[in-house]
Formats: sequence, structure tokens, C-alpha cells
Amino acid sequence: MNGNLLSRPSLYPAILLAAVALITSALLALANRYTASQIAAAEARDLQRLLTQVLPPASFDNDLLADTLTLPDGPQGQPVTVHRARRLGRIEAVIFRVVGRGYGGPILCLMGVDRDGTILGVRVISHKETPGLGDKIEAARSDWIHSFTGRSLANPPPARWRVKKEGGEFDQFTGATITPRAVVHAVREGLEFFARYRSLLLQEE
Amino acid sequence: MDSAISRVMGDGLWRNNVVFSQMLALCPLLAVTTSATNGLGMGLATTAVLILSNLIISLLRPLVVPEVRIPVFITVIATLVTLVEMALNAWLHELYQVLGLFIALIVVNCAILGRAEAFASKNPPLLAAVDGFAMGVGFTIALVLIGSVREIFGSGTLFSGASLLLGQSFSFLETKLFAGYEGFLLMILPPGAFFAVGFLLAGKRLIDRWLLETDELSRKQSGTSPSFSPPSPKKE
Repeated sequence: MNGNLLSRPSLYPAILLAAVALITSALLALANRYTASQIAAAEARDLQRLLTQVLPPASFDNDLLADTLTLPDGPQGQPVTVHRARRLGRIEAVIFRVVGRGYGGPILCLMGVDRDGTILGVRVISHKETPGLGDKIEAARSDWIHSFTGRSLANPPPARWRVKKEGGEFDQFTGATITPRAVVHAVREGLEFFARYRSLLLQEE
Repeated sequence: MDSAISRVMGDGLWRNNVVFSQMLALCPLLAVTTSATNGLGMGLATTAVLILSNLIISLLRPLVVPEVRIPVFITVIATLVTLVEMALNAWLHELYQVLGLFIALIVVNCAILGRAEAFASKNPPLLAAVDGFAMGVGFTIALVLIGSVREIFGSGTLFSGASLLLGQSFSFLETKLFAGYEGFLLMILPPGAFFAVGFLLAGKRLIDRWLLETDELSRKQSGTSPSFSPPSPKKE
């Protein structure tokens, strides 16, 4: 590079800033390249673990990550990917994602539903609820999320698919009503989605 | 050099503590100190970034000119935090699931830029790294203290969820202090953080004043000439 250019006082800061921006973005691009596959693998492992959590152990024998079906009109109106759990080739249960409108943003949950429309399990994948209040929806922090297991659209009846404060069946938390209400609502929508598309979801190819 | 290191340690831990003296980093502080465990996680992640950023900023010292120092510092810190986040996500995924929330918040921690500007850009690398360590540990202690106060009054527990952060072997830390305590919600909500910070701040000022008074008293008794000396860094 030309020495005269560098000696001009107004140019050096610009070159320095450009060099720093170039080096840092190159570092980030490089790091992204080396970690992307690792991160994708780790996230696939997470998803696999979550998928198996919402199903009873050993109730299926296929690869849940590979056996999917995508429907354009999911529980909350957006496209949804449904994972199918089979045993001996027959579809025994489906797993799909529902989204609740929480206090701090969307609450992503996975729910597993068996052929009869009974919930096998619900887990929260990610949320931005208040730590110490709303985060009791996580299975690691409280048993609350297990209160959905065994429920269906008939149990409790639709009018009782609410938190107790609103005359429903499900507990709210001290100081946090919006969070559990959002999850209850999302799970009910998930069940309604299953009822609407039951024949399509359980259709064998 | 040794006295410089001990001075830097004393500054970070007590005299110039990030929270209790500089009143910096209050935004992440309000957000995460709902429990002692969350405070600890945030503190540890911040300490790691603070040491690295101070070290790198200090190494860049001969190159950086004053006109563009702030953009350079911000770029370096943001890159560093992103790299740490990516690396954790890829290779220490379990830890990332616990600390991920805190790492994103570190970018908005003005204490990191504050130390880059006030200390690392004016001091040699080793001292800058020590400053990052001391400030980070001081920040961690402050976060755990505030988190403990809020958790004890707010939920009646201490270090709940510690086994999620530190592993199963630390589950002994999780204590339930009062059986049947319903909790005082306000302490968990952001105003509770202000109360906790306010009372702890007042406590620190009282201790500082007491240290200064006993210092003067002992000097009068021994008859030495009154020369100003700041209170020595006593334990918390």
C-alpha cells in the first residue's frame, strides 16, 4: 500500500475501521462455516430428544426425524411439519408444534397425540417468559406441563379447556396467568387441528 | 507490578465494583437476577467475555487511534460474543442451553465497553486481563447477592435450579428456606431489583464510611501524619 496515503491523518482511521470490519466479519464467516454443521447436528439431537419425550418410551420403531408430513394449515394457521411415530409400519401417534402467544413472545411447544386424539405429552421447546414466574412451564422446573398428558378434546369438555382463574381445569402460577393460559390455548388448538385433519394425518401411504 | 495487580483486584471486587460503584450493567442485572443461580450464570459468562475483550483491546492498543476507538471496540466485543456463542452452541451444546440466554444479553452490557475504554485501552495486556477478571468476579458477586436477596424474599428459596446450571453434583445448593411461603411477587418483578440494589448500595456506603472512620481513628491514636488513603479492600 502507498505510504503517502497512510500518512494522511484523515485516512488512517478509515482504513483501520475497514480493516477491523473486514477481519471480524471474515472471522465470523469462518466460524459460521465450521460450526454450522455441528450446530445443526446438535439441534437435530435436541429435536430427537424432545420428540421422544412427548411419546411413551419404546412406543415406536421408526426414525421420527425422517418420517414427516407437511400441512399448509397448522394449529395456528401456519404450515406445520408433523412427525409420525410408527410401530410395525402402522402410525401410532403424531407429533407437531403448537405456538402460544405468551407474555414475552411466542411459546413453542411440541405435542404428541395418539390415534384417538389423546395427548401423550407436551413439552415447551423455547419461550421468553419471565424467569422465576412464567418458566414453570418447562418440564425441568415444574410438573405443570404433565397435566396435559391423557387429556383430549372431551376431557375436559371444551368450555373447561382454560386456566382455573377463568373457570377451567388447569392451574395457573402465582403471578403468571398469561403464560399458562397461552399454553393451554395453544394445546387446545393443537387438538382441534388433529381432529380436523385426523384422517389425513393417519393416512398410510 | 504485584501492587498494581492487587490494586486492580481491589478496584474490581470492592472500590470500583461494576454494580455498586460504577452503577453500570443495570439492564442485564434487572433482567436476570430473579434467582441466585441466574445471577451466577450471567456473572460467569460475562467474566469470560470481559477477560477476553480486555485482553484483545489491550493488544490492539498500539494500532487504534482515538477517532475510531469506540466503533472498533464495539465491533471487537460484538464479534467476540458471537464467536463465544457459536462455539458454545456447536461444541458445548448442553452448557449453551443453560447459558444461551445470558450470552445474548452480554452484548448490551455497557460494563464491557466501559472497561475497554477506561482501562484496557490504556494498560498492558496482562493488567487488562486481570482487570477483566476482577471486574467480572465483582460483577458476579453483585449479581449473586442481588439474586439471592430477590429469590429469598420473592420465592423463599435459594439457588433453585443450580443443578441445571452447574450439574447434578451441585443440587445440594438448592434450598427451600421457608415451607409454605407464598412468595413476595414484587421482588421477582423488575422493581424488586431496584429495591435490592438500593439497599445493598446503601449497605456498601455504610461499610465504606465505617472503614474510613476507623482508619482515621487509628491514625489519630498512633499519631501518624494524616495522609489520604482509600479504604482497604475488605471482604464482602
